[in-house]
Amino acid sequence: MKKVFEKPKMLTDVPFHYCPGCSHGIVHRMVASAIDKLNAEKVIGVAPVGCAVFAYDYFNCDMQEAAHGRAPAVATGIKRTNPDAIVFAYQGDGDLASIGMAEIVHAAARSENITVIFINNAIYGMTGGQMAPTTMIGQKATTCQQGRSVELNGYPIHVSEMLAQLQGPCYIERVSTHDVKHVKQAEKAIDRAFRNQAEGKGFSLVEVLSSCPTNWGKNPLDAMKWVEEEMCKIYPLGVFKDTAKEEK
Amino acid sequence: MDKIIIAGFGGQGVLSLGQFIAYSAMYEGKEVSWLPSYGPEMRGGTANCSVCVDNSPIASPIIAVPDTLIAMNKPSLDKFVNSVRAGGTIIVNSSLIADKVERTDVKVIYVDANKIALEAQNPKAANLVIFGSYVKHSGSLDKENAVNTISKIFAKKPKFIPSNIKAFELGFALD
Amino acid sequence: MEDKVLMKGNEAIAEAAIRGGCRAFFGYPITPQNEIPEYMSVRMPEVGGVFIQSESEVAAINMVYGAGGTGVRAMTSSSSPGISLKQEGISYICGAEIPCVIVNMVRSGPGLGGIQPAQCDYFQAVKGGGHGDYKMLVYGPNSVQECMDLMYNAFDKAFEYRIPVMILGDGMLGQIMEPVTLPPMKDMSKDIRPDWATDGTRFGKQHRVINSLYIQPDELEAVNHKLFAKYDLMAEKETMCEEYLCEDAEIVLTAYGTVARIVKSAVDMLREQGHKVGMIRPITLFPFPTANYEKIANMSNVKEIMSIELSMGQMIEDVKLSVNGKKPVKFYGRCGGNVMTAEDIVAEVLKEEK
Repeated sequence: MKKVFEKPKMLTDVPFHYCPGCSHGIVHRMVASAIDKLNAEKVIGVAPVGCAVFAYDYFNCDMQEAAHGRAPAVATGIKRTNPDAIVFAYQGDGDLASIGMAEIVHAAARSENITVIFINNAIYGMTGGQMAPTTMIGQKATTCQQGRSVELNGYPIHVSEMLAQLQGPCYIERVSTHDVKHVKQAEKAIDRAFRNQAEGKGFSLVEVLSSCPTNWGKNPLDAMKWVEEEMCKIYPLGVFKDTAKEEK
Repeated sequence: MDKIIIAGFGGQGVLSLGQFIAYSAMYEGKEVSWLPSYGPEMRGGTANCSVCVDNSPIASPIIAVPDTLIAMNKPSLDKFVNSVRAGGTIIVNSSLIADKVERTDVKVIYVDANKIALEAQNPKAANLVIFGSYVKHSGSLDKENAVNTISKIFAKKPKFIPSNIKAFELGFALD
Repeated sequence: MEDKVLMKGNEAIAEAAIRGGCRAFFGYPITPQNEIPEYMSVRMPEVGGVFIQSESEVAAINMVYGAGGTGVRAMTSSSSPGISLKQEGISYICGAEIPCVIVNMVRSGPGLGGIQPAQCDYFQAVKGGGHGDYKMLVYGPNSVQECMDLMYNAFDKAFEYRIPVMILGDGMLGQIMEPVTLPPMKDMSKDIRPDWATDGTRFGKQHRVINSLYIQPDELEAVNHKLFAKYDLMAEKETMCEEYLCEDAEIVLTAYGTVARIVKSAVDMLREQGHKVGMIRPITLFPFPTANYEKIANMSNVKEIMSIELSMGQMIEDVKLSVNGKKPVKFYGRCGGNVMTAEDIVAEVLKEEK
């Protein structure tokens, strides 16, 4: 029989705890397979605080669980003292774009040779659906029940666009997971972000637009549709920085 | 035991004068502590340091009653003159201080340090002139060792060694 | 005596760390400890180590977390307001049992406070400091040589117990210069990462996790007990204390760090005047040398104990717990960055004698 699909070696056998229709599972698999492709001898991952807090149980490599928002600083400490290891941080939007904004900006500015996977689902998942720094205008959350208002809450943060203004980063791309075509594109971007590190090119970040059916109050299918129709409009997909391309 | 307070404007070499004494004492095998006052200002302002030299380990590095006061400017003299113990020594930089010390229970040495430093062709070496005077009058440090200490401290700037030693010698020669 | 070197306390700590095997330093500028990162920025590259001036104190302690979690000897240093910022990281480090060294050259507070010497962070250092039940091994050196000696072996202790070690100094100790003898470089060439370290190796071992999250209460309770069993062991094996002229003392003064030196001068002055005064100085602030204080409290010649601090009275609480009501415990302190002189202490003690 021909094998058409195999679980990446970089994933353990621990079952994911994620909700049905959540994108974390897909992204975990893509991260794991990207690392598999590198055949790296040493890999150290950093898990965030948020829904992916248990990522340390799922990735079959040494893992550190960071304090909320501090994953880029933890990853910096790891990478600088272990330059021969592939080091990645996996963070959500509250972790990276709210409480950990300083850490991500400075890791990018220093062009730390690490890979950051940034899950943007426009909501706080684990704590129960509060407003995130990426929650869109009008989007409802438990701490903005009438929908996010500019007067009260200001505007959502476009992380990829913002970090792309820095000289430090090597590669920044925003991708989505709402259909097969986009999952394929996301996979390429994540592969690229890890390959960059293996080649010593510096800081790479992939922002992944993701679904959160539970906290959005939608079924998985509608959630995917919402990513496509609403999120992709506010958070346009594409490559925001690619120094390898700029050199050409 | 010699407890010394050295005080003056920032930039007069007050802290380094304290270090000349501290290094000399260390090279002689004595115990020593050098404690600077520190503040937010980077330049200017007042500076002082407390240096304790002894044959046994220094307990308190804080000096309330100095045996020796080296006053490089008038405000420093005014601030510390009454704290010196009876029978102690005050070295006054008379280039910048016109007043005479009124106390009669202390030994006072007036050193025209800035002018003598010019004679040594090194206008920045007023503190070394005072260092020479201190070594002579305190009797707590060996002169030859002090001269060697100057050479060691300026080992990375050898062109300043001769004029610094000259300044020291001129200070040492004073009564 | 050519083998001695004149060094600032801050510089001695940095050099002793390097000689003790430190190979990663992460820090952020704050007075009065800037000589440590400045020294490290020059010295670390010479030994093939890592130096980063981080974007914040918060980032610095988390870089220590990351590097320390891989089994590397990593440290940070700061002063009071900066140490407050690091408390989150320190709590995680204690929970995840990551060995490292944290230096606090204490300045006066609260808030931005001042930059002059103080001992107002005693509680923060010895009682935990951040959230959760945890302790650190806390040293209170009183001289540049003691900074050197304690820092030199601090990483060995940190790795032995898998805990952070804190060096609790003050602005005065950081700035003072004294002659020191330098210890030899520890050989780090055969540095083997411990069996818990997330060194990244993928083959021939289970994947390792550095973590402080335990969702199951029973699991976390077991972790709490495990941590405190370590602290008990430390109390047994690591407690350090100096006693000075206590054998016949009627009044025993107690202080730590540089203040203990001022107290020692005061004891000498009082003895010269015929007063029977002694001193007890904890060198480890946690574990606190409770047994030494119990012994002093039980001595019939001792009438009273006086805690002397650069604070409104913090260590005095541990002194009172140890003395346990057997003798009165008095207090004399200065704060705000003011430092008492030996003469001030003498006057305070003479008041008690009246």
